[in-house]
Amino acid sequence: MRTVIFRTTAPYLTSLMVLFSIFVLLRGHNEPGGGFIGGLIAASAFAIYGVACGVPPVRRALVFHPMSIAGTGLFIGALAGVISLFAGVPFFTGLWIYPSIFGVEIALSTPLVFDIGVYLVVLGTIASIALGLEEREKL
Amino acid sequence: MAGKPTEPVDITGAMVTQAPALADWLVVAPIIICLLGGAFLLAQRKNTAIQGRTAVAILALLVVAAVGLLVHVLNNGPIVMTMGRWLPPFGISFAVDVLGALLVLVGALVAFFCCLYALTEIDTEHRRYGFFPFLVLLMAGVSGAFLTGDIFNLYVWFEVLLIASFGLLILGNEKAQLDGAVKYAFLNLIATTLFLIATGYLYGLVGTLNMADIAVRVAELPDGAPINTIAALYLLAFAMKAAAFPVFSWLPASYHTPRIVVSAVFAGLLTKVGVYALLRTLVMLMPASLAVFADILAWIAGATMLIGVLGALAQSDIRRTMGYLVVSGIGSMLAGVALMSDLGLMGSIMYAVHSMIVMTALYMTCGLMIHRTGSHDLRGLGGLYGKDPFLSAIFLILAFAISGLPPFSGFWPKLTLVQASLSGGDGWLAAAILVTGFLTTIAVGRIWVMSFWRGGPSGTPDGESITQEAMPLSDPADRRDMLFPIIGLTALVIALGFLPRPYLNVAAGGAGGLLYSESYIGSVLGTEAADAAIGQELATETEAPEDNSAEGSQSGDGS
Repeated sequence: MRTVIFRTTAPYLTSLMVLFSIFVLLRGHNEPGGGFIGGLIAASAFAIYGVACGVPPVRRALVFHPMSIAGTGLFIGALAGVISLFAGVPFFTGLWIYPSIFGVEIALSTPLVFDIGVYLVVLGTIASIALGLEEREKL
Repeated sequence: MAGKPTEPVDITGAMVTQAPALADWLVVAPIIICLLGGAFLLAQRKNTAIQGRTAVAILALLVVAAVGLLVHVLNNGPIVMTMGRWLPPFGISFAVDVLGALLVLVGALVAFFCCLYALTEIDTEHRRYGFFPFLVLLMAGVSGAFLTGDIFNLYVWFEVLLIASFGLLILGNEKAQLDGAVKYAFLNLIATTLFLIATGYLYGLVGTLNMADIAVRVAELPDGAPINTIAALYLLAFAMKAAAFPVFSWLPASYHTPRIVVSAVFAGLLTKVGVYALLRTLVMLMPASLAVFADILAWIAGATMLIGVLGALAQSDIRRTMGYLVVSGIGSMLAGVALMSDLGLMGSIMYAVHSMIVMTALYMTCGLMIHRTGSHDLRGLGGLYGKDPFLSAIFLILAFAISGLPPFSGFWPKLTLVQASLSGGDGWLAAAILVTGFLTTIAVGRIWVMSFWRGGPSGTPDGESITQEAMPLSDPADRRDMLFPIIGLTALVIALGFLPRPYLNVAAGGAGGLLYSESYIGSVLGTEAADAAIGQELATETEAPEDNSAEGSQSGDGS
């Protein structure tokens, strides 16, 4: 698989896919997309990078261990439900705020926070499995 | 895109409009604590130095929350919280009655003491495999299963605890562990699939997943509705989960393979979740179908008890003996379910609490015995009485308790169950319980004689004592650290034996909540909901008990 063409294009492909995964994550509330599919796209981006350039560069690129990323995602997801406590509504109630940033109204919500958590869980878990399989091949 | 709503929408018909009382958060607190804590530990997986103490702190917090929950439920009746403000039965509810709160508390205590034990038992290598994150996430699944008020959600929590238990079971990746894990995973996944299929049929039949709503609608099903088929599927699924005869074989095949503290956690928690699910679905949701299967269940209970204890007698590996004793205990719990009386269910619940504590403590004691002698086979054990008299005393107390001998915690549940069988006219079931108790005494007595009283391992001449020093503890302080959680659990065993009154009262409350579930149903569905949108026929179903019993969450005048 490690042809010159693949190795040259893989980093660009990876960065494009990660960017696209964030786009998919953010558009997910009302249109197709969301945290799960976004996380899958991001994980496949890192898998491609791993196939082309080997596992160690991917681990360096991710900075944190994939399981730590998944754990953080789970933490954020659970936190999204706890925010309801401070708003005086039951667990996991969707809360929305509409701040204006540079004159543009942006809809922020606890479902978005939850989705970001899901994104990180899926990214961390799938990347962990993919990198684990990739490494084992050389043993 | 999600824009700002331009005009206010009337949501009173679809959503909860009252702010939940702060105390209502107690019903989700165990889940939140475990999920946040487990996620934090998972993120810190490689940081083995802080994991153990953090996990102890998280589980201590869980115990505190569970105590608060039980006290609140005992004083104020069931608590309900429906996620996302949707009115039940459309939202996914968490609902807890006395039984759920009691089991959450005992489960939390068991996990807490196991975690303390694991500080010594689980070394750095096994911490890197993620023992502590898995333990805390397992507790998220166990607490969620005890607290949820939605039958599909119950399935989800089963999956959560199952996944975490897979992780714990193969901790260390040894060959025997993988072998045990395959059997465990295969049979448990079949059981979960049956559970899911049954839930699908049930949804097709009654059109709801909310347990309170199911209880109402099952009661008003027309004659000839295939509810008995669904009940049979649930019975099979949860019997597999609980390890009842003849579908118990996964338990003795896998419980002796992992680290001893993992076996202790499993023995204390997993099978009891199956029994709880059986109580919840069959006794509360489908009592009429349970009456159809009561005789079969009584035979299953008797066979589970006897075959479990005969298996325990046949084994020479003390870890396997303990596995069979877990199975035997499940039989006693099922006997109470089969009797379907107040007294029988009370005995079941008491036995579940007793078994959770005693089996965990016994596994931990076995762990220490193995550490002191280097053997887990009766042939290689011996001379422990001279070497560690204190451990001997603890083992003897636990042995009395598991056999159901007074004055320890096992006596009261057995007494209640025997009394319930006799008053229910099932003399043979009472006899089976007593014979099982007798055989259990022999099984644990054999371990006592061979491991403690005998001078040394097999082949030691009479009158001599041999002190083995195989596999000694690296540090004398380790013995103390491992004894501490065992002492904690044994103190509970003694306390439950000598002061049974509160224990009997809470168990009676749990049994009453299952048999007369009006207050549970009333607090989930509420009058206001019924008036506003949910349909008038439900209002007439639940109004009568609602007036005096639902103190809590939903009863107000929102509409």
